[in-house]
Amino acid sequence: MVTTRRIEIAVGVFVALGLAALFVLAMKVSGLGRFGEPEGYELVAYFDNIGSLTTKAPVKISGVRIGRVAGITYDSQAYQAQVTMRIYPQYDNLPRDSIANVYTAGLLGEQYIALEPGASEEVLGDDDQIRHTQSAVVLEEIIGQFLVNATSK
Amino acid sequence: MLLQGLQGLGRSVIGGVTKLGRANLFMLRVLAAVPGLLRTPGLVMAQIYSVGVLSLLIIVVSGLFVGMVLGLQGYNTLIGFGAEESLGVLVALSLVRELGPVVGALLFGGRAGSAMSAEIGLMKATQQLSGMEMMAVDPIRQVVAPRFVAGVISLPLLVAIFSAVGVYGGYMVGVGLLGVDAGSFWSQMQSKVLLQEDVLNGVIKSVVFGVVASWIAVFEGYEAAPTSEGVSRATTRTVVYTSLAVLGWDFILTGLMFKEA
Repeated sequence: MVTTRRIEIAVGVFVALGLAALFVLAMKVSGLGRFGEPEGYELVAYFDNIGSLTTKAPVKISGVRIGRVAGITYDSQAYQAQVTMRIYPQYDNLPRDSIANVYTAGLLGEQYIALEPGASEEVLGDDDQIRHTQSAVVLEEIIGQFLVNATSK
Repeated sequence: MLLQGLQGLGRSVIGGVTKLGRANLFMLRVLAAVPGLLRTPGLVMAQIYSVGVLSLLIIVVSGLFVGMVLGLQGYNTLIGFGAEESLGVLVALSLVRELGPVVGALLFGGRAGSAMSAEIGLMKATQQLSGMEMMAVDPIRQVVAPRFVAGVISLPLLVAIFSAVGVYGGYMVGVGLLGVDAGSFWSQMQSKVLLQEDVLNGVIKSVVFGVVASWIAVFEGYEAAPTSEGVSRATTRTVVYTSLAVLGWDFILTGLMFKEA
């Protein structure tokens, strides 16, 4: 017969293990811990078409992740998609005339925003807007253009 | 001849509905006895030990192997698309959403539910339950409710352990054995697995399965015919009904939770 004390210790260990596993699932697997990452600053860009860009998608320069898409809304005055990006604070020297593109990772991969640094001396700060943008490539449009070209010959 | 057939059908339907009704009334009695358990936490504690702690080994080993197999199979499929970096997402989502709660509950039904049924059934067969009633001790409060509560508490914890161990199993095979990049294994997993949609829904599932599995186990035990054959039948029915109920509920819950995904 196991004594009460040992039962209680075993149950305590069991409950602690279970809670620890939940903690691991929350922090390590779902990445909750990354909400603790430094705040950084926000940039805004307007696109004619963002394709299937989603929030949390990466923002990259030269393929390096420097932030993530924080919000996507539709601006009914400008008839454009407004994309808010949160950039990590250590990348605070983006030239003012940088270009934002919506690219696709691979043929079938997720879409992300690629920034191309400009040549301006001034840098972008919090809530600044990226003026030069290039929309997502929509496959149907390319196929459509190709068909038009092919049949008009 | 036809009438006899119809009679048999009617009898089995009435029998089934009556049993369902008895199960619900029984459940109400158990739930009514739950608040009284706060005064005697030792009863629940002892049951968590036999239901939860003693199930740890099978849960951990199964979780590890399920995760490792997911890693192997997922890698072989994903490498065809050049997407082996998504292995972490595949392993974590399958475990957290489906395999953890379902396999955990099935193992729980086989390991702990059957034991609960057998124990209660045998107590009934040896007239311990009637003996308690004679002494004005409510067997529902003393025997059934602690086991039910212990099952409801233990299963979600076991499922969380199962999923977490499984993710590490997938990590061991994927990163350690097959050479997937560790950084993208974790970072893709973290960007694709959501706390509320995936992890929380998995926990909700495991709580529902905990209630279902424990309910079936204690009810079948309590309903068992007071013979050795009756106890063995009750144990079998517990495992069968638990498996069916868990799989059925899983389908319903998945349909409700992951509509657009």
